[in-house]
Amino acid sequence: MSAVTPAATTPAAPADAGPGHGLRVFLIWLPLAVIADLVIWFVWGPHLPPGAMSSSAANQQSDIKIMAVLAAPVMLFVITYFSYALIVWRQREGDTEDGPPLHGNTRVQASWITVTSAIVLSLFIFGTVELVSSNGAGAGEGPSPIWKPGGSPLQVQVIAQQWKFTYRYPQFGGFETTQLVLPEGQWVAFHVTSLDVIHSFWAYQLGVKADANPGVDNVAYTKPEHNGEFVVRCSELCGLWHGAMFDYGRVVSLPAFRSWAAATRVQLAAVTKVLPPYATTYDPTVVPQINKALAKAGIGGANGYYYPPQDPVQP
Amino acid sequence: MAIEIQPEKVQGPGGGEPGAARPARPWWLRPAVHTALAGAVIGYIVGHWLGNFLGSNYQQLPLSDSSDFPIVLGYLLAVVGWLAGLGVLNDPLRQMAGRPIPIEEEDAAAASGLARYFRYSLDHKVVGIQYLVGMIIYFCTAGLFAMAIRTELLSPVHHIFSSSTYVELVGEHGTMMMMLMTSVIVGPFGNFLVPLMIGSKRVAFPRIEALSFWLTPAAFLILFSGLMLGGFPFGWTGYAPLSIQAGPGADSYAIAFGLMGISIILAGFNIIVTVICYRAPGMRWSRLPIFVWSMLATSVLMVLAAPVLVGGMYMIITDRTVQTAFFADQLGGSSYLYQNLFWFFGHPEVYILALPGFGIVSEIIPVFCRKPLFGYKTAAAGMIGVTVLSFFVWQHHLFDSGINPDMRPLFMLTTELISIPTGFIYLVAMGTFWKAKIRFTVPMLFALGMYFNFLIGGISGVFLSDVPADTTEHGSFFVMAHFHYTIMGGLIFAFMAGIYYWLPKMMGIKLNQTLGKLHFWTMFIFFNSTFLPLFAVGMAGQPRRAFEYASNLQTVNDWVSISSFCLGGSILIFVINFVWSTVIVREREVGNPWQSRGLEWQVPSPPPPGNFERVPVVLSGPYEYGTPGAPPVADLHPPAGVVSAAYAGNQTAGAEA
Repeated sequence: MSAVTPAATTPAAPADAGPGHGLRVFLIWLPLAVIADLVIWFVWGPHLPPGAMSSSAANQQSDIKIMAVLAAPVMLFVITYFSYALIVWRQREGDTEDGPPLHGNTRVQASWITVTSAIVLSLFIFGTVELVSSNGAGAGEGPSPIWKPGGSPLQVQVIAQQWKFTYRYPQFGGFETTQLVLPEGQWVAFHVTSLDVIHSFWAYQLGVKADANPGVDNVAYTKPEHNGEFVVRCSELCGLWHGAMFDYGRVVSLPAFRSWAAATRVQLAAVTKVLPPYATTYDPTVVPQINKALAKAGIGGANGYYYPPQDPVQP
Repeated sequence: MAIEIQPEKVQGPGGGEPGAARPARPWWLRPAVHTALAGAVIGYIVGHWLGNFLGSNYQQLPLSDSSDFPIVLGYLLAVVGWLAGLGVLNDPLRQMAGRPIPIEEEDAAAASGLARYFRYSLDHKVVGIQYLVGMIIYFCTAGLFAMAIRTELLSPVHHIFSSSTYVELVGEHGTMMMMLMTSVIVGPFGNFLVPLMIGSKRVAFPRIEALSFWLTPAAFLILFSGLMLGGFPFGWTGYAPLSIQAGPGADSYAIAFGLMGISIILAGFNIIVTVICYRAPGMRWSRLPIFVWSMLATSVLMVLAAPVLVGGMYMIITDRTVQTAFFADQLGGSSYLYQNLFWFFGHPEVYILALPGFGIVSEIIPVFCRKPLFGYKTAAAGMIGVTVLSFFVWQHHLFDSGINPDMRPLFMLTTELISIPTGFIYLVAMGTFWKAKIRFTVPMLFALGMYFNFLIGGISGVFLSDVPADTTEHGSFFVMAHFHYTIMGGLIFAFMAGIYYWLPKMMGIKLNQTLGKLHFWTMFIFFNSTFLPLFAVGMAGQPRRAFEYASNLQTVNDWVSISSFCLGGSILIFVINFVWSTVIVREREVGNPWQSRGLEWQVPSPPPPGNFERVPVVLSGPYEYGTPGAPPVADLHPPAGVVSAAYAGNQTAGAEA
């Protein structure tokens, strides 16, 4: 209820100077704020992005919902106050007098500062608790994360380069594929890195976003909760075809994932042998090697390059 | 030891001793824009040749006959040629050589004609008008790029522009807006009005002030010329491995942004010294107009933040030309270094873009509420608080980057703390509106629009400060909508308020108020219908700067695009009004049309040369509306000797203390 207090104190304080303007603003504002908050919580809240496909997505959804519930009364209060002022305190036709010379009101100013500080500090505590309790909230945590789930999560390496993502599964022999398949109900650790410029791995429905920096292993955690398809987009401008750098991943049941991983491991065994050994980061000079390897496996582009080095045609 | 005190000597505007009159020359031989352009062309050719000569063994760019080195040297010498052609260097070189500086010839064209606006003028009022027209041109150019971006986004798959043209448009729009609009209020209104508002006859450093303006067209033209070199594919942020990898258009980005950095350092430096040292007697800190406070705070940000940008741009240039490795991971550099440098400048910069807007609206509302500004000290404290805190928040742009992950709670705290001083601006406004006598003039409408838009922009910023929520919002259209609400909805609305409010003062001409109201309502409605849906678009997962998006978002994207064209039409109404009122109709407005108590309104419009006949003595604050028996704001004709006596008194007091 901290959002209600600022509004309650601020207009009420200067009310002694007039015929209940503060009370009127408060009475107009209160039902509006209550209705807005109820609508946000019960009607809009369950549909707020990014949904609840994974633990981090659900965590972000609840953060956005709670902040919306806090923000709506504040916004409505300012808008109600200004609307009231513009209607009631217009200068009438023929009136040339000035308004009352009020230079300030210590009580109003002090309570405003107290209330806004209280809101801000509680938001900070709330945000920090949410960040820590959700194991990093799906955001990139750098090479040595301090907030991480227990046990041994599934390792998935995301290798970004202009203008594609590929994925390596080190726990399954380190094969590299363009398909992102994840098991349901298991913690996943994304190790995001880049071979050229800065990209950002954004699995929208999973609520995961981690920048792909060359030479950096950026780790993000999430736990997929529902089967289905999700979209992966690059969300850091990375050059010419940034706008077309997207693909799709899917969350499947644990047995389906195991059989997919085993099958892909066998299928790509020849490629995996040519690939550089799994590492958290790669030297960019391995790109030609990967291209050669993928061409050998028959999944290369027209001239043997999976990632054309320059002047790409439209994907 | 006695200090030798010399009697005050007549000084030229540059501070040197006056010499003989400059010989009268025909107009085409006088330094002005055309000689500057000639100097720039010559400078570019010489620089390009020199670069090829010195760096003949450097790796050549693909599809080009040169490397980056001659292009960079060409741009740098073009800037020197531009300034030399303007005559910027004449007097300083004479001074260095110990020769007297000739005084300006007193011909009519130099003193009052249109020609002085195309010259290196040392009059702060001329510089203010130059900035005003320049900023409107830059804003409209960059706005056209925005409309081109929206044209491409009409369809999720069908491409009007090639992907390379699209990223060029994105880069040019973003960079032009973000680098040139830093001066959109400090330039025109800061330079023109601060001396008038503090009761000074001049600014502290007229040469530095004029130089700061004349660097902006150079930066604008250089950035624009990047299109001829293939543009740059990295938006306005220029993140490092990409900006090192990019083609020669990236040189234009780095040089132009660096130049603009120098320009805002110079502009800020001049305003800081002017405000501190050139206040009239009686203009205490507690009587300083709130707009001057905002200019002072902005200038401090400019002077302290922009050097970091200049350093970053310098490193990009050396990485690109002479193969240093500041940002190359394999060679011991770091791409994080650039992100840190850029945002250490970049976040104070967004407050460089916010504070002047706060200043203008806070200055305007007491006039049209006919009430004193509520909580004057709170307003000034809010601005100082924002200034200080803005240096401690920059890593919130890097929450997902993997840099200092354990510091994220700290940056979340500082970012949320900055909403407290920003909230003061709303407290001040709401207190001022309490029982006011509100007059709905065009400047007041724009000020109200600013409060509405910035409220949405500010609240959405709180969502972005929360790390979990930011994970979804970062890099999406949500961020883009957020900063357009604060910059376009805040700064540009305040800029428009300032134009409608102060143009009668600056030019002695009133803009058409009917067209002004039409401009406001169209701009307010179409601004909101353009950017409000973009919050939803971003939340639905559309990344910024991408030309392909999910097909189910096409309807809302089309709505946004059409609104943005209408928004462009609204700006066109403004341009028509501006040209119509100032060139064709020229309705004179010499008095004080808003019945303002501001000191700047106590002199005739446009202000005479030298602003005040005598240095005024300020008697009371600028916002004493409705105060019975409030003294006039200043005595414009203090009896001879009063000012010097006041100074003498101060000196004695200082000596005793």
